[in-house]
Amino acid sequence: MREFLLFAALFVLATVAVGLLRLLYGPAGTDRVMSAQLLGTGGIAVLLLLGAADEMPSSIDVALTLAVLAAFVSAAFVKAATQTEETTRGDETEA
Amino acid sequence: MGDMFDVVLAVLVVAVAVWTIGVRDSFASVVGFVAYGLLLALVWVRIVAPDVALTEAAIGSGLTGGLLVSAATRMQRAERSSATPQPGPLLRLSAIGLCVVVAAALAVVVLTLPNPPPTLAPVAAASLPAIGLDNPVAAVLIAYRAVDTLLEVVVLVLATVAVWSLAPDRLWGGAPGQRANLDPGGPLTLLARCLLPLGIVIGLYIFWMGSQAPGGEFQASAILGAMWILAMTAGLVDAPPTSRQWLRALLVLGPIVFLIIGFAGFAMAGGFLAYPVEFAKPIVLTIEAVLMLSIAAMLGLLVAGPPRRRKQR
Amino acid sequence: MSFARDILTVCAVLAGVFFFLAGTVGLLRFPDSLSRLHALTKADNLGLGLIAIGLIMHAESIPSALKLVAVWLLALLASATVPQLITRTMPPAVPPA
Repeated sequence: MREFLLFAALFVLATVAVGLLRLLYGPAGTDRVMSAQLLGTGGIAVLLLLGAADEMPSSIDVALTLAVLAAFVSAAFVKAATQTEETTRGDETEA
Repeated sequence: MGDMFDVVLAVLVVAVAVWTIGVRDSFASVVGFVAYGLLLALVWVRIVAPDVALTEAAIGSGLTGGLLVSAATRMQRAERSSATPQPGPLLRLSAIGLCVVVAAALAVVVLTLPNPPPTLAPVAAASLPAIGLDNPVAAVLIAYRAVDTLLEVVVLVLATVAVWSLAPDRLWGGAPGQRANLDPGGPLTLLARCLLPLGIVIGLYIFWMGSQAPGGEFQASAILGAMWILAMTAGLVDAPPTSRQWLRALLVLGPIVFLIIGFAGFAMAGGFLAYPVEFAKPIVLTIEAVLMLSIAAMLGLLVAGPPRRRKQR
Repeated sequence: MSFARDILTVCAVLAGVFFFLAGTVGLLRFPDSLSRLHALTKADNLGLGLIAIGLIMHAESIPSALKLVAVWLLALLASATVPQLITRTMPPAVPPA
């Protein structure tokens, strides 16, 4: 069972790696932002499988943290990517 | 099978690192940096360091990614407006040489460590019952090397003030960032509204677990800070002006309580930051709780950036 | 009983890994950003859910199993909202007619 779970983790890691290549190469900004999403979901899957294989229950906590922060990082990336497209209105406004 | 996984992971880490350095666009390099941080968290899990993996995923990758991406967008505007001089070949070669020397020195030190390496882990674990903690990492941070933690928190406060000082004089004390427009039916609002309570609960859970299992106040404050930033980004709350007294009090609350307990250690147990054995666990929990609140506020303000709105009279 | 549990875990994890593979194939082969985004978020999320189901049966305790469910629900939330966020705020590149 342990070998099988490690093999599954390796497979998902390889899948994430190949997907990452595509997204990092992809010319559109959308592609780059998607990579955060891919790494989040794939990383969580790898963490859960590793935790079950090596009997480290704290991996689930790491996966939980990763899930929360991957969503945050994706939102931050989208916000930043949209700000590069707009022209700036100037750096100060009345509060 | 485990070795094969480690090899693939190591190759991936190096490949992403090389790509991050080599790519021209700053936004793309920030994406690469976040990817690198996430893969590094996997490395930490593989070498059985879950506390470090938690910190890497929360602060090293998540919050720093949010900070860098807003910096990258501001830099892109500046880069487009004026031509910045590129570093010359001599400077680049010196930088490469210095990096190679440092990496080689690290490799030599790590590879020539005696096997088994000298370790203080048994000594650290032996004193755990006296403090009432089960997590040796938490014990090192708050009890054995509490001075280091105190200094780190003070450095964080200074960093926040330094970020504020990046604003022009006329904007000092104003609110960071632009007011985000609240889009009531939009996906960002939905994400913020659903994720916020979950994130807060998870943050407090990680904080609570820190005394027995991997976790603690630093990772928890990163999660809480990220939730605050998400709320500000979605427009659910407005960034407070940095001149507000409650905000400044919240920032220094953690270090001040830590200092008071530190000096009280002279009276109670004979040294700076010494804890009396009967009260060790409540003291540690108090320090961790106030530190969590302060650091969450500091991290949120660090990512929000310098004030960009004029203070209202 | 334990053998049946192992079989279920193996089947669920294999199915999950298959969906991850399918998502990546879609990511590589689909022609434009929007369909790539669809492949990424829908297939990967389903793969994660199946892996979580497979691992719940091998969980060490009830709190661990509940945490696995919580991780999957969070991933569901992110997968549902982030693509909408991306497509509504970042107009996709118009493919040449």
